[in-house]
Amino acid sequence: MSPEPVDLNNHPPVIEADHVNLYYGTSHALKDISLSMRKNQVTAFIGPSGCGKSTLLRCLNRMNDLIDSVRVEGSITLDGEEITGRSTDVISLRRRVGMVFQQSNPFPKSIYENIVYGMRIAGVNDKATLDETVERSLKGAAIWNEVKDRLHDSALGLSGGQAQRICIARAIATNPEVILMDEPCSALDPLSTLKIEELIDELKKQYTIVIVTHNMQQAARVSDATAFFYLGELIEMGDTKKIFTNPEKQQTEDYITGRFG
Amino acid sequence: MVLAAGATLALILFMTLTLLAVILGNSLGYFWVKDLVQLKLKDGSLIMGQLTATGRHALTDVERLQLKVGNRDLYSQDFRWVDDSEVVERTKPDDAYLLERREHGNFFGFLKELKGADGESVTADNVTLVKLHTAVLDKQRGLKSIKKEMSRLNQASEQLRLKIQKLEYKGSEANSAAIAVLAEERAKLTVTFDDLNEQLNQKQAELNKTAVVFNDAAGTSKELPLLEIVKIYQPNSMSAVAKAGAYLGKIRELLFDDPRESNTEGGLFPAIFGTILMVLLMSVFSLPFGVIAAIYLREYAREGRLVQLVRIAVNNLAGVPSIVYGVFGLGFFVYGIGGSLDKLFFPERLPTPVFGTGGILWASLTLALLTVPVVIVATEESLASIPKGIREGSLALGATKFQTLTKVLLPMATPGIMTGLVLSMARAVGEVAPLMLVGVVKLAPTLPFDGQFPFFHMDRKFMHLGFHIFDVGFQSPNVEAAKPMVYVTTLLLLLIVVAATSLAIRFRNQMRRRYTTSHF
Repeated sequence: MSPEPVDLNNHPPVIEADHVNLYYGTSHALKDISLSMRKNQVTAFIGPSGCGKSTLLRCLNRMNDLIDSVRVEGSITLDGEEITGRSTDVISLRRRVGMVFQQSNPFPKSIYENIVYGMRIAGVNDKATLDETVERSLKGAAIWNEVKDRLHDSALGLSGGQAQRICIARAIATNPEVILMDEPCSALDPLSTLKIEELIDELKKQYTIVIVTHNMQQAARVSDATAFFYLGELIEMGDTKKIFTNPEKQQTEDYITGRFG
Repeated sequence: MVLAAGATLALILFMTLTLLAVILGNSLGYFWVKDLVQLKLKDGSLIMGQLTATGRHALTDVERLQLKVGNRDLYSQDFRWVDDSEVVERTKPDDAYLLERREHGNFFGFLKELKGADGESVTADNVTLVKLHTAVLDKQRGLKSIKKEMSRLNQASEQLRLKIQKLEYKGSEANSAAIAVLAEERAKLTVTFDDLNEQLNQKQAELNKTAVVFNDAAGTSKELPLLEIVKIYQPNSMSAVAKAGAYLGKIRELLFDDPRESNTEGGLFPAIFGTILMVLLMSVFSLPFGVIAAIYLREYAREGRLVQLVRIAVNNLAGVPSIVYGVFGLGFFVYGIGGSLDKLFFPERLPTPVFGTGGILWASLTLALLTVPVVIVATEESLASIPKGIREGSLALGATKFQTLTKVLLPMATPGIMTGLVLSMARAVGEVAPLMLVGVVKLAPTLPFDGQFPFFHMDRKFMHLGFHIFDVGFQSPNVEAAKPMVYVTTLLLLLIVVAATSLAIRFRNQMRRRYTTSHF
């Protein structure tokens, strides 16, 4: 099977990493990573635990800043703009790059307040705008029909899958360009997982998505491009179909066929 | 293991309940007006009093009973033990009186003679006595306006004196004209004051003519001005309902009146007020400081040797003996800060201190210092227990650290912070030792909060229930008579702690309901 040609005009690279090295203190966690993520595509990072895929994901919205001992070398650009430097405005970067976590983490507030949180901290308090954002985001996250009658109930009362979709809605409420997903389905049941996967398919029409997953079938189902990491190195990256059917490297083939990991 | 734990728990429960029972039993009974018992002894003498205890003599093993015989001015002792074998006859005379007096404790005896408004003899019966007593008390209340006016004059005069002092301090020659004017004004006030004082004394003497003569059981007579009498009871002829009414009246007196007789009688209002006000003031200081310190330690400070050191210091701070805080408060707040304030703002009044002496402000600050570690530890714990995901979720949406803190973390930590506050308040209410050095007194003439400008007098000394227990129980000249008061004060202190704690716990639970995660 030959790989489908990627239309580079429709899918220009949005995020480009160039020779990225990352250190936790003295341990070398990411080794010379260079790759790019394309607009309106889903890029999946796969690999065994501790291979650095989450670490790389967290470089893209600078969540690694929270850890004191982290040092990043090399360059990552978003729309050609450098985002690793000291002078980068991390706050506005995070508004442009939303994130969904492994454990759904709704705030102990109402569903409504969860969605508008990003707007409120940006200083938007106009009720009409907020109402509109809530409806748009909840519809975008395919949960509007389930919660529209209890927007002002606590978000803590939702089921795991619902809570995760609320977190997705919260992430898209600020209109980001990129959405990062860090194993968004690993704590969910198969049915909820299915819903999220359908949602990702829908979301990529508007957003560029990067997803870290342990679940190879999931990567195969939802992603357009896949990057395989092993021990901090990018082993192989390419079109998902190609990676899963005809990988170039032996390591990749061993991993996706389940010989290790 | 389980057995040992259970036994320990049972033991602790048992001890707590016993303590409560002892306090409740001893304090609640105090307000009940007990019957008066008259005993005829073998030698023919009569004594009368309230039965307070029975038991065997430790050496002779004779059954005996203890009477509270009152009439301290006649017998010089309140209590008397009588051997059972001595008693020939025991009666409860219906016409026996119990008088609560302003001085010398209760009087037990029989009505003999009544003197009316002009000192003339009138019919000596109960109805007239009560009528006259009410009339005298009413007239006494009527004198309040004069007293109020006098205190106003006194204050104005004091203000003038301070002004003069200030001017003299700045240079008595340069300001001699102004000083003369003020001095004249003050002299005028003094004249008016003296006039009023004379009026008051006259009226008081007038009122004192209304008197009553009582005989004690042995027949010794005692004349008492009616003004000296606070309450009149005839316990032996009172119905249970009347006694219950008297009981409630006494509780009311306890909660809302000033103390009498070097604190062993009367009410506790100033002490209750002082305790609550001090604890509230302390919370106002310790809560923000504790929370801010904890936020810094947990959220901002880089984890390192210094932070570790600070944390150890904070934890040790909680273990320092409280008297040490008292000494520190005295040296640092009272003499250091208070003394400097006096030098800066009230130099003319020296050597009389304003802030350079114990007061409610310094006491609250000292206690705040003592309780701030509790708040810090509780706040740190509750911040630490918030899942990392919540923090990251907020930051990932573009929130700053500060926004994350105020919008998400602090609301979630509030139940824990409240717990810390409750603990610190409970500790502060019970603390006595440091307060003795920095502002608590046996008897404060004024409350720290009143209608006088600037209303809240942070420099004033105050009364405190904990100190009251110590003072009444151990410093009183008449310890046996003061014993019930100690129990009552203890009960009140406990009640305040329980009330404050349950209020805060309720509040905390409400918050907790709002912020707990529940996943299905």
